Order: sequence, then C-alpha cells, then structure tokens
Amino acid sequence: MANMSLHKVEMKEQDPKIRNQNFEEVALGYTKEEALEEASRCLDCKQRFCVAGCPVNVPIPEFIQAVLDEDFLRAYEIIMSENSLPAVCGRVCPQENQCENKCIRGKKGQPVAIGRLERFVADYVMENYPDKIDKVESNGIKVAVVGSGPAGIACAGELAKKGYDVTIFEALHELGGVLIYGIPEFRLPKDIVRKEIKKVTDLGVKVRKNVVVGRSITIDELIEEGFEAIFIGSGAGLPIFMNIEGENLNGVYSANEFLTRANLMKAYLPDSRTPLIVGQKVAVVGGGNVAMDAARTAKRMGAKEVYIIYRRGEEELPARLEEVHHAKEEGIIFKLLTNPTEILGEDGWVKAIKCIEMELGEADESGRRRPQPKPASEHVLDMDTVIIAIGQTPNPLLRQTTKGLDTHDWGGIIVHEDTMETSKEKVYAGGDAVTGAATVILAMGAGKKAAIAIDKEFTR
Amino acid sequence: MYEIIDKKVLNSAVELMVVRAPFVARRCEPGQFIILRVDEEGERVPFTIADFNREDETVTIIYQIVGHTTEVLSSMKVGDKLCDFVGPLGKASELKKEERVLGIAGGLGAAPLYPQIRKLREMGVECDIIIGSRSEEFIILEESFRGLGCNISIATDDGSKGVKGFVTDILKDKINQGIKYDSVIAIGPLIMMKAVVDITKPLNIPTTVSLNPIMVDGTGMCGGCRVSVGDETKFACVDGPEFNGLLVDFDEVINRQGIYKKEEEHMCKIGLGGK
Ligand SMILES: Cc1cc2nc3c(=O)[nH]c(=O)nc-3n(C[C@H](O)[C@H](O)[C@H](O)COP(=O)(O)OP(=O)(O)OC[C@H]3O[C@@H](n4cnc5c(N)ncnc54)[C@H](O)[C@@H]3O)c2cc1C
Ligand SMILES: Cc1cc2nc3c(=O)[nH]c(=O)nc-3n(C[C@H](O)[C@H](O)[C@H](O)COP(=O)(O)OP(=O)(O)OC[C@H]3O[C@@H](n4cnc5c(N)ncnc54)[C@H](O)[C@@H]3O)c2cc1C
Ligand code: SF4
Ligand code: SF4
Ligand code: FES
Repeated sequence: MANMSLHKVEMKEQDPKIRNQNFEEVALGYTKEEALEEASRCLDCKQRFCVAGCPVNVPIPEFIQAVLDEDFLRAYEIIMSENSLPAVCGRVCPQENQCENKCIRGKKGQPVAIGRLERFVADYVMENYPDKIDKVESNGIKVAVVGSGPAGIACAGELAKKGYDVTIFEALHELGGVLIYGIPEFRLPKDIVRKEIKKVTDLGVKVRKNVVVGRSITIDELIEEGFEAIFIGSGAGLPIFMNIEGENLNGVYSANEFLTRANLMKAYLPDSRTPLIVGQKVAVVGGGNVAMDAARTAKRMGAKEVYIIYRRGEEELPARLEEVHHAKEEGIIFKLLTNPTEILGEDGWVKAIKCIEMELGEADESGRRRPQPKPASEHVLDMDTVIIAIGQTPNPLLRQTTKGLDTHDWGGIIVHEDTMETSKEKVYAGGDAVTGAATVILAMGAGKKAAIAIDKEFTR
Repeated sequence: MYEIIDKKVLNSAVELMVVRAPFVARRCEPGQFIILRVDEEGERVPFTIADFNREDETVTIIYQIVGHTTEVLSSMKVGDKLCDFVGPLGKASELKKEERVLGIAGGLGAAPLYPQIRKLREMGVECDIIIGSRSEEFIILEESFRGLGCNISIATDDGSKGVKGFVTDILKDKINQGIKYDSVIAIGPLIMMKAVVDITKPLNIPTTVSLNPIMVDGTGMCGGCRVSVGDETKFACVDGPEFNGLLVDFDEVINRQGIYKKEEEHMCKIGLGGK
C-alpha cells in the first residue's frame, strides 16, 4: 500500500540567515531513508501522466520503483536512458510546471517529489559507484557540436553512445554553458556539473575548448574538414540592455557579466583574481531566474540591501516559485510594479536609480496584463550597483559568419521542428539558440532530438 | 595547452612572446586579438595579435608589464605552456586601397599598428608613421616600420629621440605643411587617441581607433566591453576593437576603463599582485 501522505518528504535546507552569507548549496538533498519514504508515495500509475510532463520522457515510475527496491544503480540507468544530466535536472528543472505538474498525487495534496528523487539517485550513484563506462565501438562518422551547454552535451552524449566520432567546440575555457557561467554555486555546485559532464565526455567525445566557431573556424570549414553533421547549441548569451540614460556608468552590470565574474571566474572566492564590485545597495532589474540568481549572489557577496525591481506584479514573476521564496527568505527586497527610467551617476559611478510606479492594464496577446506607468509617481532610490537582468537573445556571431543559415528577426535559428535541421545542409540546431532563453531540460531534449535525426540520416 | 615558442625583451617594460596556437594562427587578420589565461586561477586577459605565422601555427603578442597577469607572463620561459589562448577575436581591420595613410602609434600601440601597415604597404598604399613614447628606450618596432619603407617621425616626452612633445604636435605640423591623408589610424593610450581625434574631426579626416575596454569573455556575452559610438552601444569584443574614432565617446571609455583601478592596486598591495 502506497504512502498516502499529502505532503512531500521535506528536503533540508541551510538556514536562510546563514546561507545568505555563504555559497554552499541551499538545498541539502534527501538521505536514503527520506528517499525511500518519498518514493513510497508513487502509485506506479498505468497511465503515466508524469512521464508525459517531462520534456525528455524520463521513465519516472520505473526509476521510482527501482528506488523502492533499493537498486539505485538500476534507477540511475533508467534515468540515464533518457537524461544524461540527472544531478543537474533534479536541481534546476522547473518540475512544478513539468513532471510534477502532471503527477496524479498532485490532484489532492502535493505531487511526488520527482525532481528530488532524481537528484538523490544521481548523487548517490556518483558518490558510491566508481566511474564505469561502456565505450561503444566507433562508426567513424565525424560530427561537430558547437557549444557545450545542456543542448550540446545532450547531443554529443547521445551520438557518442551510438558510436559517432563527436568533437565539441566550446568558446570558453570550461564546458557547461550556463550551468557553469550562469547558475550560481549555491543552487548548482560546479563540482557536480563537472562530474556529470565528464561522464558524457568519457564516452569518447573529443573536446576543443577556446574555439569560437565563426571566428576560429567557420561552419563551412568544419564541413570541409570532414564533419558530416554539425549541431549548433550556442545558447542565448547576448544580454539585453534597457537603453535608458546612465546605463554605461561604472557599477552597471548585465546579469551575464555579474554572474560570469562570480561563477566562471570565481569572484565569489576571496582570493579570486577577477574583481567584482558589489557595493552596499544593489538593484537588480528583472523578475526571472536570472534576476533571482544575481540578487542572491549580490547578497552573498556582502551587499547590505538588495532589491528586485520588476515592472509587473508578484503573480507575473517569471522565476520559479521556489526561487522567489528562497530569495525572500534570504532578505531580498521586492519592489514590484516598478520600472527604472534612468540611472543617475556621480563622478562616473552609479549613485541612484530613478523609477516610476506601474499599474496593470488589459491583458496583451500573451495573456499577461500589460504594465503602464502611473502618472507622477517617479521616485529616486539610492544605489551603488545596478544589475540588468531583463533577458538574453542568441549571439549573432554564427548568423553573421554562416552563409545560408536562416534566422528569425529576433535572432533565433530557424529549424524543422521534428528533426532540428536548419536551412543549411548537414547543420542542425537546438536549445536556447533556437528558442531564445528557455530551460535546461528543453535544451537537452532538443539536443537529443537532433542526435536521433542525425543518426537516422546515416542508418537508413 | 599553448606552448611558448619564443620570447624577447624589447625594453624594461615591454616583452614579445610567440605562442603556438593553431586555431588562432590559421584565420587571424590584422586588427584582431586573443584572450589568454596563464593558469587555472588566472584572469582572462586580452592582447592584440601583433604578428602571426600560418605555417608554424604561431601568434605573436607584445605586452607591457602592468599587473599580475603580465608579470606572470614575464616570468614564463620558452617551452612553458599557457593554460588558455582563444581567438582570433574581434573584427579584422577594414583596410582600403587609398593614396596615403597616416599611422599614429603611442607606446605599445605600435604593436597592433604594425600588421595593418604591413598589409597596406602590400596593397601599395603610401604610409607615414608617427611613433610617440615616454623616451627613446620605450620605442618599439621602429626598424620594422622602416623595413616596410615608411616615412617615420618620432616624438618623446623627454626629447631623448625625435621631437620633444606629443604625437599630436607632429600631426599638426604635417597638416600645416599641407600633406593630405585619406585616413588616419591611431592606436595608443585613450588620451592620445582622443587628442588625435580632436584634431582630425574638425578637418573630417576619417580616423580609425582601437579601443581596449575591460573584457571578460570576448564573445559578446557579458556586455562589459560596451562603448558608445555615435548613438549606438557597441560591444568592443565583437563589433570592434576598431571603431570610427570621430564617433567614439572617449570620456565614457576612459571612465569605464578605471572601474577596477582600486581593486587591481589593492590586490598588488595585499600580495596577490606580484610574486
Ligand atoms: C542565471 C541563469 C539561471 C537559470 N536558471 C535555470 C533554472 O533554474 N532551470 C532551468 O531549467 N533553466 C535555467 N536557466 C536557463 C538554462 O540555463 C538555459 O535555457 C540552458 O542552459 C540553455 O542551454 P543551451 O545548451 O541551449 O545553451 P547555453 O547553456 O547557453 O550554452 C551555450 C554554449 O555555447 C557556447 N558558444 C556560444 N557561441 C559559440 C561559438 N560561436 N563557438 C563555440 N561555442 C559557442 C557558449 O560559450 C556556451 O558554453 C537559467 C539561465 C541563466 C542565465
Ligand atoms: C582588445 C584589447 C587589446 C589589448 N592589447 C594589448 C596588447 O597588445 N598589449 C598589452 O600590453 N596590453 C593590451 N591590452 C591591455 C591588457 O589587456 C591589460 O593591460 C591587462 O589588464 C593587463 O593585465 P594585468 O593582469 O597584467 O594587469 P591588471 O592587474 O589587470 O591591471 C594593471 C593596470 O592596468 C589597468 N588596466 C586593466 N585593464 C586594462 C585594459 N583593458 N586596458 C588598459 N589598462 C588596463 C588597470 O586599471 C591597472 O591599473 C589590450 C586590451 C584589450 C581590451
Ligand atoms: S528531467 Fe526534469 S522534467 Fe524530466 S523527470 Fe527529471 S525533473 Fe522532471
Ligand atoms: S503520476 Fe505521480 S504517482 Fe503516478 S507514476 Fe507518476 S510520479 Fe508516480
Ligand atoms: S567582453 Fe564580454 S561582451 Fe565583450
């Protein structure tokens, strides 16, 4: 008989007052006992609603049953059959909108904590079983993957498992894309990202870091060099600015710069070579996951007051609920229905931010109510630092340097939805480079879909 | 890893380093740059490509020792390896076949200027060069420019070589003498480039400058290198580093370059700087 508790087994977290001063992981994970208890809430449904909610169709009831049998290695293999980065997804997937949103237990009470269980299995296996790799015999077909974010890693892993000779080309000095340079340590420890990616590259994937495709080598040159298919997973890394007065003052960062300095360049460690000036009062403009990460990072780096400034209301905040909740617990101050109109400076540095209050009007095409400025509501808030986190679009470099690669006006690469093929022969694309900023698991799903399409091309 | 193939001391503050970097060497063009990290804990630091050899797959950089990274570079030997070396980054210079071009180099600016002038000479363009520097000791590449058959003038702060004064003094002279330049390429300290543009702008002489704002990734991802050119915001690492000098907001670039002045000095003081 299943455990009929209406609530998920709680996952322990660091105390908010302590954790907002360190970069250690906030959520501490399940113990084996907690995992077994939570797993016993699953009804092992015939009609697998949960699986349909997962963009990569992880066989959820099957892995949870393996957990119940305490056969964690089998549980891991079941997950890995569809998802090559379970420790990452278990931590950062927006489960509440995906697998858990569809779980039958969620109709009355809370759904099964699928994400937490996935995380438990991945962590447990990484900790208790030495790397075991089944290398596949090579079929000699060369495939190039551009970018090593979740999309590129998923595509490379899937193809390597099928015997392809895969080479990843990455512009930065580390693999992982946003997982390494964007999402902070306290939400996704870099050690875990590295270990999980290593499991994929250990399948025999070649890695070329420090190569900017489009500059160091072009897509056409890759084809000339004998790569028979190319997957572009270059992400959406171009930061959007607001185009308001004062945006180029010292002390104004894009969230990308702020987080890259903190994460990739390790400015969060006291002896890092890369400086990051945080100041006492920090305004983060935007309401998504990126804004929450920037705000919580600023707090940890010593800022006294950190504000989220967002032009719509609480309901409209695009960030995951859990992240908003964590940010509030850590003392982040939310100034909602507020929009910056100007950044004021003194001697070349940020001094204050001028804002206007907003109210919500009619719903627009997207169904969200459109914010409008309230007359005569301008006010000035003193600040040392302003971080702009209002979105990213795909980097134009590949579009500019690749003939025959069609893109939308906003920069996204146009693909055939079933195969991820682009307008250019032999070239596929997926992830944020195609959709604009989205999620880790959608990017992985796209990478995998492209790998399957590439394999079909060569096996028919 | 990227092996150091050769190294030369050019003067007490400036060194030249040749590095094997196949991916950079085979496609780089004058005007582009690289970003390197000396070791796993290093910062990402940009340097202009001063020369390259496609056959040997090598790239030459010339650097001035000003802080931690350049000090570590200075302590490294032939055969040592750099941890990361990425490029070519930025856009190649847009060099046109014109009648007569004036190249102005301030200090280290001679390094990025040289491959451009070499290419212009190959295209048959007449080139005059003005080199400015603190004193005779800090003049670099004079012989190399001479080897290209350029007409060279020199200005030093202390008068130890050439005219005592600034490159702009020579520039004014040349203009007063009635020499007509189709365009000017000015590379050096921001203050110098700004002073050059102050002279060429009223005369409407097309002037290209090379900006070196603080960078992180060099791929257009962070926006830290943004500069205002005309009424547009440009990212120097992908849209530059060269821009139409007549449109650049130099005061903003100068202000932004000072962001980490205090931090860099502090790191030196607490011992993180020089070892
Ligand atoms: C701060 C932040 C927090 C987030 N939080 C979450 C979250 O909690 N949950 C969630 O699901 N999603 C989250 N996301 C979104 C998620 O990270 C992205 O949707 C996902 O990483 C996209 O994967 P990708 O592989 O398409 O691209 P990226 O992860 O962006 O990877 C692209 C890679 O390609 C490289 N590259 C780019 N151009 C070139 C080139 N020309 N040559 C070679 N290499 C190149 C880049 O350097 C990068 O490594 C967050 C994003 C950010 C920025
Ligand atoms: C596109 C580009 C091309 C460049 N080409 C060259 C080159 O060919 N040779 C060369 O010697 N330098 C070049 N630079 C400048 C070089 O990157 C900096 O001098 C670098 O910061 C030195 O690193 P460091 O760790 O030794 O000194 P740091 O400790 O980083 O800095 C020492 C001092 O230099 C100042 N500084 C920091 N960054 C810069 C910068 N970007 N420009 C000017 N001053 C800075 C600091 O404020 C500090 O006072 C280039 C910069 C750019 C953006
Ligand atoms: S990958 Fe994400 S959506 Fe799929 S089961 Fe795991 S947590 Fe849920
Ligand atoms: S829907 Fe929920 S209860 Fe049913 S199998 Fe999936 S996780 Fe288990
Ligand atoms: S250095 Fe990051 S965008 Fe130019």
